[in-house]
Amino acid sequence: MPETIIPAGYFPIILFFVIALFFGLVTLFFGSLIRPNRPSVEKLSPYECGNPPFMDSRSRVFIRYYLVAVLFVLFDLEAVFLYPWAVVYHKIGMYGLVEMLLFIVILLVGYAYAWRKGALEWD
Amino acid sequence: MELKEIIFFILATATVLSGWLVVSLKNIIHSAFALLITFFGVGGLFVYLSADFLAATQILIYVGGVMILVLFAIMLSEKVYNVSIFHASKILPGLLVLGGVQVVLLRVMIESPWRIRAGADSVMRPTTEILGGLLLNEYLLPFEVISVLLLAALIGAVVLIRKEVKRRREGACL
Repeated sequence: MPETIIPAGYFPIILFFVIALFFGLVTLFFGSLIRPNRPSVEKLSPYECGNPPFMDSRSRVFIRYYLVAVLFVLFDLEAVFLYPWAVVYHKIGMYGLVEMLLFIVILLVGYAYAWRKGALEWD
Repeated sequence: MELKEIIFFILATATVLSGWLVVSLKNIIHSAFALLITFFGVGGLFVYLSADFLAATQILIYVGGVMILVLFAIMLSEKVYNVSIFHASKILPGLLVLGGVQVVLLRVMIESPWRIRAGADSVMRPTTEILGGLLLNEYLLPFEVISVLLLAALIGAVVLIRKEVKRRREGACL
């Protein structure tokens, strides 16, 4: 393995993952030690407001929701480009701000179009 | 073995194992969640290559965005349980494609002039700042064109899906 050095800034992230993992595992483990365990068919069935479930809870969703997901991914991509800009912002200053505003305004046109066409409505 | 190597092997193993689970699990929702771990693992490997912008992009776009698309696609699909992508008749073509890709990858691996740096220069530094500077100065025009490209994709998605919805509505009325 070549000599790679992880930037020190990533150590808190690793620590965060480790703590999150252990928090979940420890909680589940001690919970399983303490709680009574007497399963029955009724207890293990999916809870549906007290009624016995009468059909598969899974159903196909309307295709229109996919548009919301696609729009989300596109604006997600926009957010990715905000990241390098934010890192160098203190160096570039006003010039960078204008460039980024232009970038965002162009995308706002698309947002306005989607809004105008009713793509964001949940009917 | 040092800590960073241990973490590397955990990451690499998790990535490969979850990638295998994606294609072998019967319930495609489980496959999707295995894919989530694969994406996370690849992001971690990018961190090891000191490609921190790529890592952030991987987490934001793939874990945050593409996963949403995959889950939505599953919610739109009819068959979710007991899905098998194994077809006996497709083993041979599959192996051929796999072999071809392997040959290309190995050739790239062996023949590329990898820049291996030694000594004090081997410390890898974060790249986001350099990238940001280049994007906003030297490559400003491509940067702004990206937003136009995203705009085109946005409008295209709205137009295409609205047409589909309208057709369905009319079909439902008849």
